[in-house]
Amino acid sequence: MEQLLKFILGDNVLVYVLYCAPPLVFILLYALVTLYMEMKVAAHIQDRVAYMRTGWHGVLQPFADILKLIQKEDIIPTQADRALFILAPFLVFIGTYAGFAAVPFSPDYIGSNINLGVFYIVAASSIVVIGLLMSGWASNNKWSLLGAMRSAAQLVSYEIPTALTIVVVVMITGSLNLQEVIKAQEGGFFNWIIFGGAHAPLWQKIAMTPFTVTAFLILFTASLAEVNRTPFDLPEAESELVQGFNTEYSGMKFAVFYLAEYANMFLVSVVAVCLFLGGWQSPFGSAMSGPFWGIFWIVAKGMFFVFLQVWIRWTLPRLRVDQLMYTSWKVLTPFLFVCIFAVGLILVL
Amino acid sequence: MIESKLLPTEYVTKPGHIKTSTGKTLRTDEMIINMGPQHPSTHGVLRLEIVVDGEIVVDVIPHIGYLHRCFEKHAEAMTNYQQVIPYCDRMDYLASMNNDWGYALAVERMLKIEVPARVEYIRVIMAELQRIASHLIAVGTFGIDMGAFTPFLWAFRDREKILDLFEMTCGARLLYNYIWIGGVSHDLPSRFVEQAKEFCTYFRPKLVEFNNLLTYNEIFVKRTANVGVLPKDVALNYAVSGPTLRGSGMNFDLRKDDPYGVYDKFEWEVQVGKGEMGTLGDVWDRFIVKVREMEQSIKIVEQALAAIPEGNVQQAIPKRIRPDANEIYVRTESPRGELGFYIMSDGSSSPYRVKARGPAFVNLSVLPEISRGCMIADLVAIVGSMDIVLGEVDR
Amino acid sequence: MTAQELHDSLKTKFGDAIVEAKLDAPQPWIRVAEGRTQEIGFFLRDEPGFEFDYISCLSGVDYNDGRLGAIYHLYSTSQNHKIVLKAICTKEANRIQSVADVWGGALWHEREAFDLIGIVFDGHPDLRRILLPDDWEGHPLRKDYKVPEFYNGMKVPY
Repeated sequence: MEQLLKFILGDNVLVYVLYCAPPLVFILLYALVTLYMEMKVAAHIQDRVAYMRTGWHGVLQPFADILKLIQKEDIIPTQADRALFILAPFLVFIGTYAGFAAVPFSPDYIGSNINLGVFYIVAASSIVVIGLLMSGWASNNKWSLLGAMRSAAQLVSYEIPTALTIVVVVMITGSLNLQEVIKAQEGGFFNWIIFGGAHAPLWQKIAMTPFTVTAFLILFTASLAEVNRTPFDLPEAESELVQGFNTEYSGMKFAVFYLAEYANMFLVSVVAVCLFLGGWQSPFGSAMSGPFWGIFWIVAKGMFFVFLQVWIRWTLPRLRVDQLMYTSWKVLTPFLFVCIFAVGLILVL
Repeated sequence: MIESKLLPTEYVTKPGHIKTSTGKTLRTDEMIINMGPQHPSTHGVLRLEIVVDGEIVVDVIPHIGYLHRCFEKHAEAMTNYQQVIPYCDRMDYLASMNNDWGYALAVERMLKIEVPARVEYIRVIMAELQRIASHLIAVGTFGIDMGAFTPFLWAFRDREKILDLFEMTCGARLLYNYIWIGGVSHDLPSRFVEQAKEFCTYFRPKLVEFNNLLTYNEIFVKRTANVGVLPKDVALNYAVSGPTLRGSGMNFDLRKDDPYGVYDKFEWEVQVGKGEMGTLGDVWDRFIVKVREMEQSIKIVEQALAAIPEGNVQQAIPKRIRPDANEIYVRTESPRGELGFYIMSDGSSSPYRVKARGPAFVNLSVLPEISRGCMIADLVAIVGSMDIVLGEVDR
Repeated sequence: MTAQELHDSLKTKFGDAIVEAKLDAPQPWIRVAEGRTQEIGFFLRDEPGFEFDYISCLSGVDYNDGRLGAIYHLYSTSQNHKIVLKAICTKEANRIQSVADVWGGALWHEREAFDLIGIVFDGHPDLRRILLPDDWEGHPLRKDYKVPEFYNGMKVPY
């Protein structure tokens, strides 16, 4: 894609600006679709229909929601710390958006093909923690502060399982660069890392599968916690803290928090998909694969996991904060150590 | 500009030692958090002043009275005992039939009126259907407090069918003014029995679905087991009643121990908590008692529908109620516990003193005892499990 | 135990603290001295054979002849018998001894009686208004209660 743009526009800064635009455009469009999907999925799980009036079966509702949020009054509490209050939502969004730079949407398109790839993504999404703490503190509200502190503790604890699953993948593929990791999964469904990767002989694949599947499930669970979704949504627990760190935000700033949450949901889904489920590789081997098919596959797989996250949100109750911590430190992390050890052993033998 | 003398100025201006509203001085690492009066999870206008040390609750002081509507003073001003019944509806607005029946029963015992058999059966059917509706709200909103949004909507879907039955009979969906002194206001319409039987067959599998989704869910059990344990002797001392008391293992149900109506003609069992998932008397026990009581109520309704006799429902309604100077205390089992009415008459046709003993009022008083040392999230669970309705707490 | 037996045992133990009784009423009641309700309460709760462990209700009444009363409805879950106690005081000397130490269920009931009728319970750990705002004046359920014109600058009757 870079070559194409250079051919059209010449060697120009505009080329690079346009090159970086697709993720942003994608996030905005995707947020509208996910808003609609979340409400409809929630409604059908709860045995009701939602949104039948705006457009056919409510497809125009997300636009209506955005319009409503844009025209709302922007209230800042008098005692709030103005600078931090205004900066916080944008920091949360920046943390997520920065991660999109290293996500390979297609064999030909990756924002920044650095060798640190997934490590960079995990590091950049930690900026979200600062944003959340800022919003809780700057709101000058005891409940927001409680929510923000819980959230910070949760996010930091669940980075550990996330990072450790990356170790499992790195052991199999030998590289942190997401394009390399995906290229190591070519050849169809059974060559995906969740089954052991393309370069492993059959006995290794069979031996490794239980451990890689466990590692994938742990990654998915930890990423639910990273995004503050039920069952880990204590920071925004409606029933206790009104809206947690979000309480004092209204209008556009609230919309930015929401957008950041959805973008984060997609980011963690797509990272899990790239690491374990083949990224833009087609499950049928060489059929239906290519640069444009790649975009389709990665977006489809990512959206499937976003759908799964939405489904889980409307089914399960939420964990209490100490149970959350317990799960991270005493359940997920030891399991992952076992997985790492086992995968390493199998690779060496 | 309203001059408010209520807010103690030392909270706001002076640094240093802070006092709670009961006068206790805090240590410097404790914080007072106010939950309510408007809050998504306090089930009405209840203000909880929580003294926390980090995330652990050190003390909780409930403040009530935001919904006080002077029921007792109004009852004294009425010129007729029947006129008090709409006020009774509005006390515990989620279980109006049971409130009406409690008051009507008290006046009937004072006047020594015998109601026809058909009226007794209708009253039992209505009260048990109302019990199911009230418990559905209780378990649904408890699910929301725990973060499970779906069971709430399933519960309300089922409750709609019960409200359809009530609307068919007396025209109202929430506040019925149906059970009058000496009878009921309208006879059952012709389709009632058939539709009620359909509801009974519809509802049983829904309860199973509900249990699978929420009650035995691992996360829900971890949130509710061993939380807010209410020992049996503390419960009896604090006069706790209803599912809250039965969850602590005490087999005490006024429908069996102090019978009224025709409850003794039906076969059903009192549900008692057994400490299945944790300690006896924890939040999970109180929850499962409510769910199982709904099953038993369906059983009673089916038996009553099969055996309901014919008769004129309005023949025993007295034209003039003028009891002699007398006093009586009568208690019935509402979905929340022991609903008692103490009525004193002085010989005239308007009541001299009507005191309503609301079960939620007494159940709420045990909250500070059982919630010391829990976390804020647990406090929400405990308040939700006690199933309070502020209309009854404040009257 | 019948009401007659209860009354006789109480009379032998407490003598003239048991002021009067009406045992042939549909719900027999015993009037006790207002300064000794706690003692009698402990006896009723702890003595085997009585075991009144459950206080169903505690109501405050204004008798409209200068007297205020507190009515206690007690129930025993183990022996399955009930009794009604009454403690009557005057409007001027409106003190009754509290039974909050005997039965925790009386805590909020006594606060309500204090709030609405104006009976002061001696020995109650936390006697303040419960249903009305803390700075309300007057006790509404009294028969001679006049609704105040203004409360904190707001007009009360509308």
